[in-house]
Amino acid sequence: MTESLIQVAYLLAAVLFILGLRGLTAPDTARRGMNLAALGMLAAVVGTLLHHDIVRYEWILIGVVVGSGVGAAMAIFMPMTAMPQRIALSHAFGALAATLVGLAKYDILMASEELGRARMGAIAFEVMFGSLTITGSLMAFAKLQELMRGSPITYRGQNAMNISLFAITFCLFIYLVFDPSQRELLYGMAGLGLAIGVLMVLPIGGADMPVVVSLLNSYAGLAASATGFAIDNNVLIIAGALDGASGFLLSVLMSRAMNRSFANVIFGAFGTPQATAGAKSAAGLSVRSITVEDAAIQMAYARLVIVVPGYGMAVAQAQHQVRELAEQVEKRGGEVKYAIHPVAGRMPGHMNVLLAEANVPYDKLYDMEAINSEFANADVALVIGANDVVNPAARNDKSSPIYGMPILNVDAAKAVIVMKRSMNPGFAGIENELFYDAKTSMLFGDAKASLGKLVTEMKNV
Amino acid sequence: MDTNALLQIYIFVLAGFVGYQVITKVPALLHTPLMSATNAISGISLVGSIVVAGHDFSALATVFGLVAVTAATINVVGGFMITDRMLRMFKRKEKPSS
Repeated sequence: MTESLIQVAYLLAAVLFILGLRGLTAPDTARRGMNLAALGMLAAVVGTLLHHDIVRYEWILIGVVVGSGVGAAMAIFMPMTAMPQRIALSHAFGALAATLVGLAKYDILMASEELGRARMGAIAFEVMFGSLTITGSLMAFAKLQELMRGSPITYRGQNAMNISLFAITFCLFIYLVFDPSQRELLYGMAGLGLAIGVLMVLPIGGADMPVVVSLLNSYAGLAASATGFAIDNNVLIIAGALDGASGFLLSVLMSRAMNRSFANVIFGAFGTPQATAGAKSAAGLSVRSITVEDAAIQMAYARLVIVVPGYGMAVAQAQHQVRELAEQVEKRGGEVKYAIHPVAGRMPGHMNVLLAEANVPYDKLYDMEAINSEFANADVALVIGANDVVNPAARNDKSSPIYGMPILNVDAAKAVIVMKRSMNPGFAGIENELFYDAKTSMLFGDAKASLGKLVTEMKNV
Repeated sequence: MDTNALLQIYIFVLAGFVGYQVITKVPALLHTPLMSATNAISGISLVGSIVVAGHDFSALATVFGLVAVTAATINVVGGFMITDRMLRMFKRKEKPSS
């Protein structure tokens, strides 16, 4: 009786999770959808507490209370600009839970019954994926939080070493499935997994983070799903599969937006010093810088301004100033639209969240496909801290490492103002010919400060 | 391979398929909330963690269970709260006050 009650709760949870994700297909239904999903989670947890294996509740209570406190504090106090880090960190937590459950369940099953091959395979898979996701996510977190260098760290024989480590881990995995009694091997495999996670993310640079974060999202989901196989629990399998599918889909979308394959992101180490990069030298070309006053006049008389935000806007936390500037343009009868490249920023949808935080209505945020034809009508395209996603070399220059990547056609606008801290090339170390275009003027300085001055100046025009 | 494992794979494949179909329709606008939402949902590991933490099998298993419950709860509570905080910000028109 209790058992069927638990299963009913799980069924309810699975249905509510799917309905919840379906809510996310439109901004209007998203919040209600997530409430449904949260209700599903509650049902699953309450159902689980009835489980016959559970004899003591005090540890559960302590974990839930501490976890709720930490989780709530993180949700309330974490600034929106820190979202990529938070997401990376939560993948580490999820994977940690899955790995530990796997290790504990191994002991429990070894003691009570014969541990079958299928079950052992699930546990080994869970521990392997879980452990590499823990350290991989922590590395991504460290890079995003700038606790360590964001640029790729590479050394000779790196790929060969990573691949052989992975091969060894895989051999251990196979061995364990055939001989589950080797407890040390399971822990050894977990250790190797932890090492692989670190090594895997080392060579991946900041601009590739959207792909990596999505991929780790997928791994965390797969580890949760494997937990479901290991403890014979369908709701875990379903929720993990949903998470895995979502992360997988996002990584595919992100790779596609960079015109690169998964393998290239993981093994490519894009930002390594490339002798051939910068085929078009900047020598002999000059940039035109512009004063805040002139920029303000240009903006004040523009009928259509398209704002192109990039990671630089997030770093400068300039999203509120962007909205103030847009208000000034709108006050003068101009229109402001925002062009969002899929890989702008450090995670999928990064720019959308920041602009939404600054009260920019979401119907003014346009995807690349929707906005690209409009640049020709724009009087000013305002590029704020974006570089590679507006580099025309992706269209014109076959020797460029980013050739073929879909970009925003900023160069089609009547005038382009680029806000940038300095002339240092972007992450990929590639010269951007947009900056040397006759239509382009550069506004150097911190984006937040420049935008602030621009707003003040526009009020006086 | 036993039938139970096969049935579970069945469930996994179908759920993955449903997930893929549903998530394809999520607009790029909401990709960050989507990530944090799926993260909260995959905090369902909490269910497995609870069973291990309450099982009273060995000291090691209980410690693992306790840490797992804590980590999973952080994801569930934090994930749903921050997703809601984000989704609250997505508005069609500006608030008249600010």
